Amino acid sequence: MGRYLLRRFAFLLVSLALASVVLFVLLRMLPGDPANALTSVGASPEQIAAARHSIGSDRPLPEQFTHWIGQVATGDLGTSFVSSLPVGPEVGSRLNVTVPLTLAAFVLAVLIAVPAGFVAAYKRHTWYGALLSGASQLGIAVPVFWLGMILVAVFALNAGWLPAGGFPPDGWNQPGEAVRSLVLPVVTIALVMSASLIRYVRSATLDVLGSDYLRTARALGSSFGRAMWRHGLRNASVPVVSVLGIELASTLLGAVVVESVYALPGLGSMLATGIAQHDYPVIQGVLFVSTLAVLLIGFAADLVQRIIDPRLRGRLSGGAP
Amino acid sequence: MTLLDIRGLTIRTTDGHTLVDDLSLTIAGGERRGLIGESGSGKSLTTLAVLGLLPDGMTATGSIELAGTQIVGAREKHLTRVRGTDAAIVFQEPLTALDPLMRVGRQIAEPLARRRGLKGAELQRAVARALEQVRLPEPDRIARAFPHEISGGQRQRVALAMALACEPKLLIADEPTTALDVSVQADMLDLIDTLVRERDMAVLFVSHDLAVVARVTDRVLVMKDGRAVEEGDVREIVRRPREEYTAALVASARRLESALDTRRAR
Amino acid sequence: MTQIVRTPHEGPRAASAKRPGRSAVSRRSVTLITGCVLSGMILLLALVSLFWTPYAPDDTSGGRLTGPGAGHLLGTDKLGRDLFTQLMTGSRIAVEAGLGSVLIAAVAGVTLGVLAAFAQGWLDDTLSAFLDILIAFPTLLLAMLIVAARSATLGSAVLAIGLAQSAVVARVVRILVKRVLAQDYITAARTSGTSWPRIVAGHVLPNIWPTLVVNLALQFGLAVLAEAGLSYLGLGAPPPNASWGRMLQEAQATFTTAPAGALAPGVLLVLLVIGVNLVADGLRDTLDPATGRRRS
Repeated sequence: MGRYLLRRFAFLLVSLALASVVLFVLLRMLPGDPANALTSVGASPEQIAAARHSIGSDRPLPEQFTHWIGQVATGDLGTSFVSSLPVGPEVGSRLNVTVPLTLAAFVLAVLIAVPAGFVAAYKRHTWYGALLSGASQLGIAVPVFWLGMILVAVFALNAGWLPAGGFPPDGWNQPGEAVRSLVLPVVTIALVMSASLIRYVRSATLDVLGSDYLRTARALGSSFGRAMWRHGLRNASVPVVSVLGIELASTLLGAVVVESVYALPGLGSMLATGIAQHDYPVIQGVLFVSTLAVLLIGFAADLVQRIIDPRLRGRLSGGAP
Repeated sequence: MTLLDIRGLTIRTTDGHTLVDDLSLTIAGGERRGLIGESGSGKSLTTLAVLGLLPDGMTATGSIELAGTQIVGAREKHLTRVRGTDAAIVFQEPLTALDPLMRVGRQIAEPLARRRGLKGAELQRAVARALEQVRLPEPDRIARAFPHEISGGQRQRVALAMALACEPKLLIADEPTTALDVSVQADMLDLIDTLVRERDMAVLFVSHDLAVVARVTDRVLVMKDGRAVEEGDVREIVRRPREEYTAALVASARRLESALDTRRAR
Repeated sequence: MTQIVRTPHEGPRAASAKRPGRSAVSRRSVTLITGCVLSGMILLLALVSLFWTPYAPDDTSGGRLTGPGAGHLLGTDKLGRDLFTQLMTGSRIAVEAGLGSVLIAAVAGVTLGVLAAFAQGWLDDTLSAFLDILIAFPTLLLAMLIVAARSATLGSAVLAIGLAQSAVVARVVRILVKRVLAQDYITAARTSGTSWPRIVAGHVLPNIWPTLVVNLALQFGLAVLAEAGLSYLGLGAPPPNASWGRMLQEAQATFTTAPAGALAPGVLLVLLVIGVNLVADGLRDTLDPATGRRRS
C-alpha cells in the first residue's frame, strides 16, 4: 500500500503539472488583450505597452509560465487585473461558500440516493419501486437552474420561509443567516445529483441481487438481510464510489449555475465574472484550485476503491469500468 | 427413510411458460442420485427449487419435502433454517459463486460460525480443517487469498468446503466440474465421491454428461424439456436405454470414451 | 454528467432472460414509443417554426405579460412578444444545439477513442488520465471558457458542448474498442494479414455502434440541458433568438406574477430530455440485448 501511495501521489503531481501547462496555454489563446482590462478606452500605444510590461504579458510564454508556477509554488495565485486584489485570499473566501454548499449537497444526495436506489432495485416490481425509478428519470431531465427557480418561487417568494438568494455580508460570522441562505441551494443541488445517483445505486444493487455469490450465501443458510449486509453492500459500493468521486468533483466545479440562481458569492460566480472581464489571474487561479480539487477527489476515490476491491490492487488508477 | 420427496413439481414463469413439468423424484438418506439432461432441460431450476431459491418471475407448484419440511410456498424464515443444514449446494461457476471482495477463509468461516457457533482461534482451526478436507495444499495461504488469486479448481474446492462445512444431509452438485479444466475434473469427481461416502451423505448430482454422472451416482433420472423421460440404475441405462433421447446421450458419452480409449491405446 | 461502461454480467437472471416473455417485449416498445412521441412533439414544433409561427419572433405588439388567453395562446413576455412563438423558436434552437453538439462529440470522440484504444502502456495511462480530468470538468465550465474566447453565439455554445462531450464519448469508445480488440476473431484477422484500418472498419465499428448510438442519444439530452444552462447564464444564442434557457432567465423576476413564462419553457425542456432518454433506453434494450437484459 505504501508504494502504491507514493506512485499514485507522483501521478497526481504529474497530472497537476500537465494540467497547469494546458490551462496556461489555453488561456493565452483567448482573444482580447489582458492589458485592455488595465487601461481605459482610447489609451495610447505607450500606455498599453506600459500596462503589458507591468503584468508581464510582453515576455515570452515559457518565461511567463515559469514565473507563474514559481508564484503558485509559494502559495501566491497572482493579482487580479481588475480589482488589483490578490487572487489567493479571494479564492479562499469564495471556498467558504462553495465547499460547505457542495459537501452538504453531496451528503444529502447520498442520504437520498442510497436508500432510494436500493428500494428502486429491490422493489422494482412494486408501484413505489417503479415510482422511484420514474422520479430519477424525471430528475435527470430537469435543469438545475429551473428547479432552483421553482424552489425559490415556492419556498421563498410564496411561503417566505427562506431567503430567495444572497449570502450575509459577514459570512459565517452570522451563522444562522448563512445556514438559512444555503438551505435552498443545497436542496437544489442535492435533488438533481441524487436523481442521477439513484440510477447508479439501482443498477449496482441489481447486479448484486443477481449475483452468484449472494445466491451461494443464501443457499448455505444466510438470511437475505445478512447476505446483503456481508456481501451486497461492499460489492455494490465499488461502482458507486467511482461515480461519487466524479459527481462530487463536477458538483464542486459546476456550482456556478446554482450560485448564479441564488446570487451566492462562490467560486463559480468568481470564475464567471473573471471570464466576462478577461481577468487572467482570476480565471487561472480558480481553475488551478479546481483542478487540484478534482485530482485530490479522484485520488481519494481511487484509494477507497482499492481498499474495498482487492482485484484493483495491481493497477495504478482505479477508474470506473 | 426418505430425505427428499419431490412430487408433481411444476415451474412456470409469470408469463406462462412451463420450464419444469410434473417432475417427481425421491432420494433416501445416503442415496446418490444423478439428474441428467441437456442445458435448458430444467435440471438446474429443479435444484434451485429444492432450496426455495428460484429466480424472480418463476413460481413452483406441487410438493417438495426436504427432511420433512415443505419447501413449496414456505416462508423465507423456514427456508433459511433448512438451507445449508438439510441441503447444501455447489454451483457450476466457482469464480462468480464466491464473493470477489472477501478472503476465502472468511467466506468459509461464515457458515461455520453461524451453524456451529464457533469463534476466534477455534473457528480458524475449523476453517483450516475444512480446507484440508477438500485436499487443498497450504490451507493457511488459501484462507488468506482472495478468490481471484487462486485457480479454478481450487475455487471449486473452496465452494465444496463451504457446502460441507454445514454438514448437510443432502449435497446438491450442479455441474460442479463443467467449468473446470479436463485435467482437474477427474480429481474433483473423486474428491466429491470420497467425501460423500465418508460422511454417508445423500447426493443429487446434476450434469449434462452421462460419463460424469456415472462416476458418482447409482441411479439417474433423465430430463428433457422439463419432463422426466427415464429413470433407473446407471449401468442399466447405459446398457439398455429405453428412450431414444437417452440413447443419444449414451452414444455421445460413448463416442467420447472410445475416442479417449483410442488415444490411450496409441 | 457521467456514464460508466460496465462489463456484461451473467447472473441467474440471464437464465430467465433466455425466454423473453411477451411482457418484456411490450415494456421495451412502450419505452421506445413514449420516447419517440415526446421528442417527436418537440421536433415537430421545431420543424413547423421554420415555416410558420403564430407571430413574428420579434413582434412586440401584444400587451406586456398578458396571461394565457385569446390572441396569445400562452400570453406574452415582458416585452410583449408572443410566448408560444418564442417556445417554438426555442424548440428549434434546442434541437439544433443537441444535434450539432452530438455530431461534434461523435466525430471527435470516436476518433480520439479509437486512437486511445490502440495506445499501449504509459501513453494509454496518460491518455485515459487526461480524459478522466477532462470529464471531471463539467461541460458547462469548459463551455464557458470557449464561449468567452469566441463570443456568445449558438455556434460557440454548440462547439463548446460538443468538444466537452467528446471526452466522454472518447472514454466510452476507448473501453468498447479495447474489449473488441481483445476478442479472438481480431487476432484471427491479424494473423491472416488484415490491415488495421480494415479491422477498425470491418470488425470494430460494427461491434460498437449499438452502444455508441445509445450513448450519443444520452449525450443529446445532456447537450440540450447544457445549452439551456449557458443561455441562462447569458452565454448562449444572443437575442432575439429565444433559447429556452434565456426565456427562463428573463421570466425569473416575474415568476409569481406571470408564471406561464417561467414554467412553459422548463416543461418543454424536461419533456424533450426525458423523451430522448427514453428513446436511448428503448434503443439499448432493442440494439444491445446483452446489457438491456440487466435492466429489467
